[in-house]
Amino acid sequence: MSVNQSGWRPAMGEATGGAQATFTGNRALMLEEALIFEIGSAETTGVDIDEAPKVASRLGNHARKSAIGLPGLSEPEAVRHYTRLSRQNYAIDLGLFPLGSCTMKHNPRLNERMARLPGFADLHPLGPIDTVQGALEVIHQLAHWLVTLTNMDSVAMSPKAGAHGELCGILAIKAALEKRGEGHRKVILVPESAHGTNPATAAFAGFTVKDIPATADGRVDTQALKDRLGPDVAGVMITNPNTCGLFERDLKEISDAVHAAGGYVYCDGANFNAIVGRVRPGDLGVDAMHINLHKTFSTPHGGGGPGSGPVVFSKALTPFAPLPFVEQQDGRFVLVEEETAGEHHADSFGRMVAFHGQMGMFTRALSYILSHGADGLKQVSEDAVLNANYVLRSLEGTLDAPFGSSGPCMHEALFSDANLAQGFSTLDVAKGLIDEGYHPMTVYFPLVVHGAMLVEPTETESKAALDQFIGALKSVGERAKAGDTALKSAPHFAPRRRLDETLAARKPVLAWKEPVAPVAEAAE
Amino acid sequence: MSRYFTQEHEWIEVDGEVATVGITEYAAGQLGDIVFVDVPEEGKQLTKGDDAAVVESVKAASDVYTPASGTVLEGNAALADNPALVNEDPEGEGWFFKLTLRDDSELEELMDEDKYAAYVARL
Amino acid sequence: MRYLPLTPTDRADMLATIGADSIDALFVDVPESARLDGPVPGLPNHASELAVERHLSALAAKNVAAGSVPFFLGCGAYRHHVPASVDHLIQRGEYLTAYTPYQPEIAQGTLQMLFEFQSQVARMLGCDVANASMYDGSTACWEAVTMARRVTRKVKAVFSGGVHPHYVSVAKTMAKFTGDVLDTTQPWLVAETDDDRLIEKIDADTSCVVVQYPDILGRIPDLQRIADAAHAVKALLIAVVTEPVALGAIEAPGNLGADIVVGEGQSLGVGLQFGGPYVGLFACSEKLVRQMPGRLCGETVDAEGKRGFVLTLSTREQHIRREKATSNICTNSGLCALAFSIHLTLLGEKGLRQLAEVNHAKACAAAERLAQVPGVELVNDSFFNEFTLKLPTEARPVVRELADRGVLAGVSLGRLYPGEDGLANGLVVAVTETVTEEDIEALAAALTEVLA
Repeated sequence: MSVNQSGWRPAMGEATGGAQATFTGNRALMLEEALIFEIGSAETTGVDIDEAPKVASRLGNHARKSAIGLPGLSEPEAVRHYTRLSRQNYAIDLGLFPLGSCTMKHNPRLNERMARLPGFADLHPLGPIDTVQGALEVIHQLAHWLVTLTNMDSVAMSPKAGAHGELCGILAIKAALEKRGEGHRKVILVPESAHGTNPATAAFAGFTVKDIPATADGRVDTQALKDRLGPDVAGVMITNPNTCGLFERDLKEISDAVHAAGGYVYCDGANFNAIVGRVRPGDLGVDAMHINLHKTFSTPHGGGGPGSGPVVFSKALTPFAPLPFVEQQDGRFVLVEEETAGEHHADSFGRMVAFHGQMGMFTRALSYILSHGADGLKQVSEDAVLNANYVLRSLEGTLDAPFGSSGPCMHEALFSDANLAQGFSTLDVAKGLIDEGYHPMTVYFPLVVHGAMLVEPTETESKAALDQFIGALKSVGERAKAGDTALKSAPHFAPRRRLDETLAARKPVLAWKEPVAPVAEAAE
Repeated sequence: MSRYFTQEHEWIEVDGEVATVGITEYAAGQLGDIVFVDVPEEGKQLTKGDDAAVVESVKAASDVYTPASGTVLEGNAALADNPALVNEDPEGEGWFFKLTLRDDSELEELMDEDKYAAYVARL
Repeated sequence: MRYLPLTPTDRADMLATIGADSIDALFVDVPESARLDGPVPGLPNHASELAVERHLSALAAKNVAAGSVPFFLGCGAYRHHVPASVDHLIQRGEYLTAYTPYQPEIAQGTLQMLFEFQSQVARMLGCDVANASMYDGSTACWEAVTMARRVTRKVKAVFSGGVHPHYVSVAKTMAKFTGDVLDTTQPWLVAETDDDRLIEKIDADTSCVVVQYPDILGRIPDLQRIADAAHAVKALLIAVVTEPVALGAIEAPGNLGADIVVGEGQSLGVGLQFGGPYVGLFACSEKLVRQMPGRLCGETVDAEGKRGFVLTLSTREQHIRREKATSNICTNSGLCALAFSIHLTLLGEKGLRQLAEVNHAKACAAAERLAQVPGVELVNDSFFNEFTLKLPTEARPVVRELADRGVLAGVSLGRLYPGEDGLANGLVVAVTETVTEEDIEALAAALTEVLA
C-alpha cells in the first residue's frame, strides 16, 4: 500500500490563542485596503481608448500645462479595490437595518434592471420631445400614482431629495402668499420634534421659525399651536407620522385651524411609508408634502443618495408648483418649461434644477409601485406598523419606552436612555449592536427624548429576523443596564474601533496629500 | 476685578472699562470636545444678548451671547489653532473676546459666582 | 407578495404578542374621516415581476435611445462610454443598499470611497478641497453663489452669458426668495466669450462672478483675466464645469484663479438617464471650507490608532445647525459619486488625458466636416468637444426633422433660449468618443438634405 505520501492529515489545532497581529494587517476575510493614491499610478489605466484622429488642436491657449495628479488602476486592480472596500460596509442586503426615520427596506433588483433599460438609461434630457415619449409617460404614470395615493391635486416631480422637496413646498407657500399680497406672513410654526431640515428649509426661504412644544404623550400641542396662529403666520411644517413614531391624531383639526387663520400646511412626508395605501394626506387637509422615493418607494439609498423628493400639492398650491412638469395633450406627452408656462402656469415659482428630476429613481419607484399595486401598498404599511409594534412591545420591558403608553406606534418604536446604568449612554448601546452584527438604530433623534433610540424595522423583515434582532438588542440593553464596561469600548469586531471624530474636526484632512518625507535631523 | 455669570453659561470679567468674555466650565463640559470657535472681529458693536461668537463640538454648534453691550477690542486668536483651550481652561486661557463696556449697569442683572454655582447645581 | 416576508400565521402571532385584536387596532389614531375601507380606490392591484417588466419595457421602447442612432447632444449632459466594471461595482449591495455613513466603524467602504472621490475632484478641478458631492451641477452652482455671499458679505452675483440657461434659471428662482441680486445675460452667437463685458460689470458690490468653462456654446473663456478683475474688488470667481472630461485637456479652473469650482460630474460613470440622478461637484480653497455646503469626509484614526474616515465638520449642516445651516442640502449623490470615482480610477491620469484627446480630435473632425455643409457656419474659434453651428435657418425645426430621419443632431439654441431671435439659428453639437466617423457622415448628409 502507499501510505499518505503527501503527509496531509487534517488537524483541528488548539481552540485558544492565535489572535496575534498579521503581516498584512488583514484578518482572514476582513481585508485592509490602501487608498487609490497609494496603490495606483499616473501611468496605469484600466480603459483602452481608441486612437484619436490626427487633427490640429482647437484648444487655443487653454491646453493643460500641469499634471492633474490622478492615479489609475488596471481593471483587475480596480475591481478588487472597490470590492474589498465594499466589504467594510453594512447594508440592507446583509441584514436588518433599523435606522428610524430612514426606512431601510429591501431594494428589489427588478427596479435596477428597469432603470437600466437603454430606453431610459441612455436617454438625453434635451432630446426632441417625440423621441422621449416613453420617458415622459413614466413620469406621468408615477405622478398619477403619487397624486392618487395621497388624494392631492398635483405633484412636482423635479426635487432631487427630501430636503429639496421641502424647499419646493415652502417656496410654493411663499409664492402663494405673495400672490395674495400677504408676503408679510413671515412665521412658520415647527413642532420641536421636527427633522432638523424643516427649520433649515424655512429659514433658507426667509421665514422665521417658531417652535411649538410637544405634549407629554409625544404629539404636537394642538392648543399651543392654535394659540400661536395669527396674521403673521405663513404656515406650519408638521411631520406625520411624527418623529416619535406616532400618528398626529389632530392633524385635520390643525389643518382646519391653520387654513382658517390664512396659513398653509406643509407635511414632511418622510414617514409616509407608515400609512401609504391606507391613509391619504389629502384627507387630512395637507397643502404640500414631499415624498422620499428612497424611503417609501424603495429606491436605493446608495450610501447617501441620490434621493428623490417629489412634492404633492393641494388645489390651493398647484398653480405655484415649479417647472418643468409633464402634461398629456391630445394623447401626446409634453414638457411644460419656461417657454410655454406663461400660457396657463404663469404663477409657477420657477425652476429648481436643470432638466426634469431624478428619472432613474422614477423608473425604480414606478417598478416598485406597480409590483405592489394598491393592495400590496396597503399591506406594506400594515406590515411596517405591525413589525414596529412587535419590536416596541417586545423591548419595552428592557429599554425605557417614553411613549409606550401613548398607544400603538406607527412604523417606528422610540426608546430612551432613561434606565441605562450610570455612565452608560445610547452611544454604547449602538456600538454594542454593531458587535452583534447589526447597524444601530437612529440615535439621539428626535431631540424631545434624552438619548433617543429610534427603531424602524420596515415591512421587509421576517418574524425570524425580528426575533433575532430583538434578542440582540435585549442582550445589549441588559448589559448597558448592568454596567458591562466592555460596551464602553465597543465595537470590538468591526473593521474599525471607535473613530476619533474630534481629531477629524479639529485638524480636518479632507483630501489626500503626498506624504512629506520626514525631515532628517540637521547634521551635526 | 469682578466676575459675573449668565444663565446661558457665559462669564464676564470686568477690569475697569474692559471686560473679558468666555463660557463657563460647566458649559464646556456639557459641549464636550470643542473643535471650532468663531470669535467676533475687532470693532464690532455688540448689544447685550447678541450672538457674539460660535462654539462647536463634534455634534453641536452653539451661539455665545454677549453678557453686556460694548465694542469688541479683540477676539482670542489662540482659539483658531487650538480650540481645545476652551476645554482645558475655559475660565482662563480659553476666553473668547474682550470688549469695552458701554453700560456698567447691565452687569447688575447678572449672577455672581455663588449664585451661578447654585444655579448650576439645580440644573 | 414577493417583497413581504410575513405569513398570515406570523401576523396573527405578532398581534397576540402586541395585545391587539386586529391590524386596524394599530391604526386607531387615524381619525374616522380619513380611514379607508380597502385599498386606495382607482388603482390597479399587485403585479408579477414579469408583468412589470413587460409594462416598463414597452414604455422604454417608445424612446429613441442615444446608442441606437447617430447622437450629438450635449449642453450639460454628455454621452460617454462607461466601462462595464463601473456598473457591476456600484450594484454591489454593500454600496447600493447602504445608508449615509453615520456609523463609521461599519461604513469604511463608503467613507474611504468618498475621501478618494473628494481627493480626485479637488485635483481635477485644481482646488484644495472638494465636498462629497451635491445633487447636480445646477444646484451646486446656486450653492456656490450663496457661499460667495456668506464669504464676501455682498449680494450681487454677475453671471457670464455662457452659463447654462437652466443653471441661471435655477439661480433666478432661488434668488427671488433669498434677496440675492443676479446680473445675467444671454450669450451672443459669436466666436468670443463675453469676458470684456463681464469684467466691466464687476464692481465693489459684486460678491462673485460666475463663468462656465467651456461655456454653453462650447467656447473657452479666459478665466485668469476674469479672476484678476474679480479679486481686485474682493469678489470671488466661481467656475462652472459641465463637462469634466474637458479637464483632461484644458487647464483646471482652480489653477486659473477660480475660488470656487462647481461642476456636473455626470460625464464620468453616471450616464444620461434623462437628466438625473446626476452628481454635483463642489471644490474650493482650504480657507473657505467652513463656508462650504454639503457633506465632507475626513481622515482620522480609530481607538487602536488605525487610519479611518468619518463624516466631519457636520456642524455646518442642517441636522445640527437647523435654521443657521450653510445650506438646505442634507444629502449627497453617493452612488453617482462612486460611479464617477470608479470611472476616474479606471481612467487615471493617462486614460483621462487620452479620453480628452479623442473627444477633442473627433470634435475637431466633425466641426470641419459640418462646416462644409452648404450654408452652415462654425461659430467657435476654440472648443473642447462641443461647438456651435450657425444654420441658415432656425435650428429647432431642423433638429426635429433630423430626428425624424434617425439622427439626433444636437441641441438647438431655440430650445434653450426660446424667443431669442438672435440665437434661433444656433445648433450646439457635442462629439464624444462614442461618435464614429460614420455618425459624423450621417449627420452631415442629413443636414445637407434638410437644409437643401
